Amino acid sequence: MKATLQKETNVPQSQTARVEYVTPEVDIFETTDGYVLQAEMPGVSKSGLNVTLEGTEITITGHRNAEAVNGEALWRERPTADYRRVFELDPAIDTTKIAAKMEQGVLTLTLPKSEKVKPRKITVSD
Amino acid sequence: MKLVRWNRPELTTWPTFGRLTDLRDEIDRLFEAPLAEWARSSQLLSGWTPALDLHEDKDNLVVTAELPGMKKEDIDISLHDGCLSLSGERKSEQKFENAEVYRTERFFGRFQRTVTLPVAVAADKVTAQYKDGVLTITLPKTEESKPKHIDVKVS
Repeated sequence: MKATLQKETNVPQSQTARVEYVTPEVDIFETTDGYVLQAEMPGVSKSGLNVTLEGTEITITGHRNAEAVNGEALWRERPTADYRRVFELDPAIDTTKIAAKMEQGVLTLTLPKSEKVKPRKITVSD
Repeated sequence: MKLVRWNRPELTTWPTFGRLTDLRDEIDRLFEAPLAEWARSSQLLSGWTPALDLHEDKDNLVVTAELPGMKKEDIDISLHDGCLSLSGERKSEQKFENAEVYRTERFFGRFQRTVTLPVAVAADKVTAQYKDGVLTITLPKTEESKPKHIDVKVS
């Protein structure tokens, strides 16, 4: 049975103020070489992005760029909170080779599996 | 088979129901929310409707829309009869289609949104910028639409 890539954990409750976050939407794909995770965080540039790995948990936080718009808001739908999402990693992932790329508000995380878990052909000796 | 999105509470911008004293206020707000907000939070009704803000200052109208992961060539903006229309298509990346899909939450495909502008704008001076997945459209108001100061004379 395959180990799951991720198990969502909630934002930990703090005693004083509770910081509100928005959960970015993600797509997760798996190939034989590893996993690819794409998270949507519009309004976040590379400098506002933070990807932290702690043991088997990876936390993605995105701080929104400051809005340069002045004037009165006539219609608001966009959330103002920063983005945050936590994932628990499959132990097969080689954490030293995780790569991240940020393009037009989409974070692409490439999480390769370690060599020893990849399928390998074993030759039969005579 | 069409995949139906399950909306977890954090995906909407409704406040938490943890405080009972504010419960009535929150329910009132729920019923007062414009129908467009309901449609947006249940994407079953309307497909992909990207979030959009409309701001007004004394010289311009500014529309900001969240359109992550698009190419600017795939975004169409048009202005007609005092309505701004945004449409386009987000294509999914080919290289991932053969992989095993674990989870999909992102929307792909066409989107369309129309905003009725409250004041007249100068169509030839409209500019648009696409940065970090946010499309910002600046629509300068026509001279007649700008607020004017009227002096009161006392004779």
